[in-house]
Amino acid sequence: MSDINALENISTQVRRDILRMVHKVNSGHPGGSLGCVEFFVSLYFNIMDTKIPFEMNGTHEDLFFLSNGHISPVFYSVLARKGYFPVEELNTFRLIDSRLQGHPTTHEGLPGIRVASGSLGQGLSVAIGAAQAKKLNNDPKTVFVLMGDGELQEGQNWEALMYAAAKGVDNIIATVDLNGKQIDGSTDEVLHMGDIAQKFKAFGWEVLSIKEGNSIERILETLTEAKSKLGQQKPIAILMETEMGNGVDFMMHTHAWHGKAPNDEQLENALAQNEETLGDY
Amino acid sequence: MKQYTNQGSNDTRSGFGDGLTELGRTNPNVVALCADLIGSLKMQDFIDENPERFYQIGIAEANMMGIAAGLTIGGKIPFTGTFANFSTGRVYDQIRQSIAYSGKNVKICASHAGITLGEDGATHQILEDIGMMKMLPGMTVINTCDYNQTKAATIAIADFDGPVYLRFGRPKVANFTTPDLGFEIGKGILLNPGSDVTIVATGHLVWEALQAAEELESQGISAEVINIHTIKPLDEEIILNSVKKTGCLVSAEEHNYLGGLGESISGLLGLKHPTPMEIVATQDTFGESGTPAQLMTKYGLDKASIIDKAHKVIKRK
Repeated sequence: MSDINALENISTQVRRDILRMVHKVNSGHPGGSLGCVEFFVSLYFNIMDTKIPFEMNGTHEDLFFLSNGHISPVFYSVLARKGYFPVEELNTFRLIDSRLQGHPTTHEGLPGIRVASGSLGQGLSVAIGAAQAKKLNNDPKTVFVLMGDGELQEGQNWEALMYAAAKGVDNIIATVDLNGKQIDGSTDEVLHMGDIAQKFKAFGWEVLSIKEGNSIERILETLTEAKSKLGQQKPIAILMETEMGNGVDFMMHTHAWHGKAPNDEQLENALAQNEETLGDY
Repeated sequence: MKQYTNQGSNDTRSGFGDGLTELGRTNPNVVALCADLIGSLKMQDFIDENPERFYQIGIAEANMMGIAAGLTIGGKIPFTGTFANFSTGRVYDQIRQSIAYSGKNVKICASHAGITLGEDGATHQILEDIGMMKMLPGMTVINTCDYNQTKAATIAIADFDGPVYLRFGRPKVANFTTPDLGFEIGKGILLNPGSDVTIVATGHLVWEALQAAEELESQGISAEVINIHTIKPLDEEIILNSVKKTGCLVSAEEHNYLGGLGESISGLLGLKHPTPMEIVATQDTFGESGTPAQLMTKYGLDKASIIDKAHKVIKRK
């Protein structure tokens, strides 16, 4: 339980980081970032075995790839809080000459990032390639990847899903952030994707689900279960239902905050709901 | 004039296949990926010798480019194999984001480039690929001219750290380069010294350029022939030194004049040494079905066109 309290504390600080980052530059994607805070914190502070300083090849460590790169604020905050780079650098998000580009990239050499993402639908393929390199290197560690649900509308994902099952890539855990929202509205309105769990199963994946995707307890439980299913000739997917904008009441239950930053007053309100735990950057 | 002899016609794609096979024996980090075109890309020997280092992706080129990018994370040197059309236009954004912008050490090996793909027609005959690839920051672009050069280039790019687009073709063509010419990325090759006109050629047009130079010599015109196999980065020095001597230039390639080698050279000359220039290339058109020889003639990608343009450009001096 104390572990979970510690993770909750980190999550609260990460929410503050996200809100302050996007507010400062009046741009960025707070909604999806806030929805995945607990997932990122659980992954980086409990589940994954990672090495600092950062090494691109990631030999004998778990790897994480973010396919829906627009939720970069949560990724950057968690990487900084984990110690990949100084937290003060969060101040440079989206500014000129920054390593913290609008969407994550290796181009500016930010530690913790292994591939550029932002143009959607590419991360799963890259993660599968990294997983296959691990197999070739007899490296027993795991590759994690996060995708958005709207992003599943990109066809490349389905090429990758078919491939991973056909080739028995069983050292990968792919999580889909099911927040049900995309830029133009709900995923059901924009392009109804039907039963995603059934589709993944039909493509040959082992499918787990998290109904409470903002519960650290549930996330840890499911990621642990997923890890227990590694190495069985099947790729593993976790369908994680999250609340976009989680932790900030007025950002929840709407897609309005997908790509919009809070104004001064809204920031104050949002921060008041998430009091400083580890110290602001 | 320096004599080049055809040591026996062969396809450039076999040069790729044999180069890959050699890499399989010498470099344990080299892995190969293919999107359902093993035979066309001549990858079978590599696969037979290194089954664990080969990935059959199926007809899913976008996924192939992503997987290749991922394989570099772990120290592998992935060589992807499919037709040039499916290696570039079909997967441009995957290459742009996951490979070029991400700085991944992927070798995109593209067969059946250009109009000499022949009978399959314009759906498969890409004439825009050099342009697309050279526009990507950090991408090295190579177009080889014969079997020997393609084999040498395949081996050379494994030792180069960075994304590479290696372009070669389908038909059997003259195999005339010799080991002493070497293969250095970014370094043009002076095939024949001359003084009246510079002919700069890449890919299948290099042999045509040599034939053209021979005929021009019989007409009393001394043509300097340069092979540019690396279109990016362009060997500016060899081109500028040559035009300072000859005062005019003809470029020749199996590609659209927009975006190709000729465009790169005209940009170079315009900026650094304005010189009369003519371009042998396709004229912003799609191709069509036909034999490679018929198509090269119809679209003006042959010895006759090079000679014609040489006469024209000499008059402009």
